[in-house]
Amino acid sequence: MSVPRIWRETPQRYRLEAGKCTKCGKVHYPPRLICDVCRSQDFEKVTVSDEATIVTFTVIHTPPSQFKDQAPYAIAVVETKDGLRSTFQVADSDGSDLEIGTKVRLQFRMIQQEGEAGVIAYGHKASIV
Amino acid sequence: MRDVAVIGIGMTNFGELWEQSLRSIWVEAALAAMKDAGVDYIDSFYVGCMSGGLFVGQEHLGSMLADYLGVCPVPGTRVESACASGSVAFRLGFMEVASGMSDIVLVSGVEKMTDVSGDEATYALATAADQEYEGFHGITFPGLYAMIARAHMAKFGTTRKQLAQVAVKNHANGALNPHAQYPFSITVDEVLNSVKVAEPLRILDCSPITDGAAAAVLCPLDRVKEFSQKSVIRISGSGHASDTIALHSRKDITSLAAVEVAGKKAYAMAGVGPKDIDFAEVHDCFTIAELCILEALGFVEPGQSGPATEQGKTARDGAFPINPSGGLKSKGHPVGASGVAQIVECVEQLRGEAGKRQLKKARRALAQNMGGSGGSSLVHILEVV
Repeated sequence: MSVPRIWRETPQRYRLEAGKCTKCGKVHYPPRLICDVCRSQDFEKVTVSDEATIVTFTVIHTPPSQFKDQAPYAIAVVETKDGLRSTFQVADSDGSDLEIGTKVRLQFRMIQQEGEAGVIAYGHKASIV
Repeated sequence: MRDVAVIGIGMTNFGELWEQSLRSIWVEAALAAMKDAGVDYIDSFYVGCMSGGLFVGQEHLGSMLADYLGVCPVPGTRVESACASGSVAFRLGFMEVASGMSDIVLVSGVEKMTDVSGDEATYALATAADQEYEGFHGITFPGLYAMIARAHMAKFGTTRKQLAQVAVKNHANGALNPHAQYPFSITVDEVLNSVKVAEPLRILDCSPITDGAAAAVLCPLDRVKEFSQKSVIRISGSGHASDTIALHSRKDITSLAAVEVAGKKAYAMAGVGPKDIDFAEVHDCFTIAELCILEALGFVEPGQSGPATEQGKTARDGAFPINPSGGLKSKGHPVGASGVAQIVECVEQLRGEAGKRQLKKARRALAQNMGGSGGSSLVHILEVV
């Protein structure tokens, strides 16, 4: 993964920044240029809540190559307190302690690393509260 | 708009075709379809291919395949919609003939997936998901469908055994298909005890990595008799729809909106409903996918796909046979080719040429193909004139 590709996503990956539509109020994470609900192009910057619950989840046993050393790992679609849904790994879980509805908190973590001297990509993982 | 018929079909064997290249399997399928149609020329062709670039490092398939089929300067167009690429090619060929722009159009799909390692294939397939906000976190395709499965089980009480039954049924059908990659039967216990891939899905819930190509020849309905004396098969409905690329952006994780919309469009064009369909080929890339598709296409009410499968309603001798070919699960899933291979099975069944797999009632067929975790889908309805 190239440096610019990681760097340009840092506001949303590091700080959970999202775009809130000023017309209809829908929060878009990551931010986008036009609202898919009301077609407005005016957004204000907001921070997504780090309090969330698990909507659904899986445990990955056959991972992509850059996640090999982490497998098996749990990954989930979570819904934040402000109603936003996105996909995050669940840190320090093999899935046996998870259920739909489990409360989690989004925490800043290392996500993946490319090769031995590769770029480290950071972002958020969910952690059981 | 002119009526359009399918006059020729052809496909390679599906499997790990190490001795053959992308170009050789595609030409094999194209020549078979042209021979079956009785045509010695085409006006243009479309080829669906998800990722020639990542699987074999080859783009510009329109040129290369025209060249190796020996038809230059006939125009060739490569189209991509992940695992739905093949049926996009089919739909574009249908539109080109229906519009009057061309008369004889070859539609096709191809994928050569075994020239790369398993890791590289997993990566190539993962590009059909949102790379920045799903793939970045380590999700895989089996993982996305596993999350759909868990949500479906929680919402409707769908059981692990019912999921396994989809694979068992499709393998029973594929065992009779000479083109299938895995032409053998499996049991529920074998599925339930197979290796975990992404919980709750196991390896026998997943379609395989496959090399293969499939093709069909289309022409205006009023010209069929110039070329072919076989049963006349008309394309009566075509629907195409999109949905969000990321699974987490969907309002309801257990329903496939693109499939539902594409189905409604195809039904409306054909002037029929789910009850009028004799059998269907659907996109069972994972066992849970077949269940969600049955609900989205209106064959059963939401939540009823598991029980219907368990009761044998979708078996070859059931009330509405699903995937008589063996589906992607047993027949194999060369991603760009699968949509066209579904059409090949539909036409063989409608002509009464399906051998040991032949269904008793096969007058109207439905083919449903899907990209990603449901971000794109196409539905076609074919019928004997």
